[in-house]
Amino acid sequence: MCLTQHFWQFLVPGITLGSLYALIAIGYTLVYGVLQLINFAHSEVFMTGGFAGLFITQALVTAGLTPHGADSVLYTVTGLVGGAVFGAVVAFLLERVAYRPLRRRNAPRLVYLITAIGASLFLSNLAGKLFGRDRTNIPELYANDVVFTLFGAQVRVQQLVIIGTALAMMLLLDTVVNRSKLGAGIRAVAQDAQTASLMGVNINRVISQTFVIGGLLGGAAGFLFGSYLNVHYQMGFLPGIKAFAAAVLGGIGNIRGAMLGGLLLGIVESVSQSCMSSQWIDVVAFVVLILVLMFRPTGILGQRLGRAA
Amino acid sequence: MTSEAPSSSSTAVLELRGLHVSYGAIEALKGVDLVVNEGEVVTLLGANGAGKTTTLQAISGLLKPRAGEIRFHGERVDGIPPHEVVALGIGHAPEGRRVFPLMSVLENLRMGAYRFRRVPREELDRVFGLFPVLAQRRNQEAGTLSGGEQQMLAIGRALMGRPNLLLLDEPSMGLAPLIVSQIFDIIQEINQQGTTVLLVEQNAAQALKLAARGYVLETGTIVMSAPARELLSNPRVRAAYLGEGAE
Repeated sequence: MCLTQHFWQFLVPGITLGSLYALIAIGYTLVYGVLQLINFAHSEVFMTGGFAGLFITQALVTAGLTPHGADSVLYTVTGLVGGAVFGAVVAFLLERVAYRPLRRRNAPRLVYLITAIGASLFLSNLAGKLFGRDRTNIPELYANDVVFTLFGAQVRVQQLVIIGTALAMMLLLDTVVNRSKLGAGIRAVAQDAQTASLMGVNINRVISQTFVIGGLLGGAAGFLFGSYLNVHYQMGFLPGIKAFAAAVLGGIGNIRGAMLGGLLLGIVESVSQSCMSSQWIDVVAFVVLILVLMFRPTGILGQRLGRAA
Repeated sequence: MTSEAPSSSSTAVLELRGLHVSYGAIEALKGVDLVVNEGEVVTLLGANGAGKTTTLQAISGLLKPRAGEIRFHGERVDGIPPHEVVALGIGHAPEGRRVFPLMSVLENLRMGAYRFRRVPREELDRVFGLFPVLAQRRNQEAGTLSGGEQQMLAIGRALMGRPNLLLLDEPSMGLAPLIVSQIFDIIQEINQQGTTVLLVEQNAAQALKLAARGYVLETGTIVMSAPARELLSNPRVRAAYLGEGAE
């Protein structure tokens, strides 16, 4: 059977992409949790992280760093931090400039959606205008050797870096959300914003924090994704929509669901290549999205972060 | 048990003066005047849609008054956002209990103390002392509690913020009579421990037994204000709110 034939060869890239989808999906699900808004401009937060990582690593190359030893670590960490910080800044500004004025005016749901799409198009084209419309590779960060072989499939340094970083960030996020006061505020606003404010939670501040956290993860994912493939002003579109599908698959509003959905979607998408031409790969995510919406609209884990009813 | 004893029984903790609140074009409160003195239990009675919840929400800052003033310990608090009103010492157990359903009982209580840097141990002990069932169920998800337990949690959560004034919005709603009298006993105990209470109720019989004074709200206007005993014997109140046919 076609699935079993190249299963392992496709599994590792699947987990790699899936862990990136998961990082992006968390941004959708967090914001949905507190605002019941699908922030379609989140894909551009991801894109910003890619460009920030690109420029930072390019600067490091100019400064004379080489992709070996300690320099490699410096490359990866600065790129990651730069991508995360820029992602967070863009996400923060997005909320302030695009969404907060709508909240103040009690705008209807549809206006938010149109604003989100408008902001997405604006940011993407702004990046195209500022940074050019060509695909650019992030400079080599390290020697991408094969680390080990898993049932005949090669596992490379880059894949381990991406998977490891993504998992570490998700673990950290999970701890923050479930154990810290910041996380308690986010969960309270997601479950019942009005009552949260009666407890002394500043809803606007929590919303900002939520965008910033989503932006940190999305921006870091942008850098990792850019180093895996390349950086482009429209690089956010497909991963963004797929991560949205992943968030729905896991249960929109549910953080662990977004992680699970992202990983699953990456794996399904990649492994299905052994049965069909890779030109069809983008279709898989949408088929999954449609199937979930038809048969289990609450997703695998349901909506655990948000309202119970 | 608060450190500061009530200085005088006639000190106003809360004063509403000519309070107007509207939802768009609909006027929900048309000039409400109300006073709650230090150490009192005051009840605000009225039918559905009279504006009781609106009044409490305006006090908490959830709604902005269109006109009029709200004073807490003499200071204007109208127009202040809700998270700052809590910090002044106004606790609010909202209508419908509104516990955080996916948080544990303990997490809900911690949310009540959100305004403090650390969760005050003595408040937690006090709440568990008042509601031993909450201590037993501290790790249970609040959404799985019974209605009565959720109401206890909602009151306990409001107490965690160490309020001087506790706003209770229909704590008897949807609960069995036995649970209702249990909860009213505890409200009395909370009051005796030094917390001033403004109690909104449809269950006028229970509320008037507990309260020192009462106000009757009808379509956004206070139509009566008197000591609880007088209201209990007032034929109009008896007919409208105590389920007795008017003769």
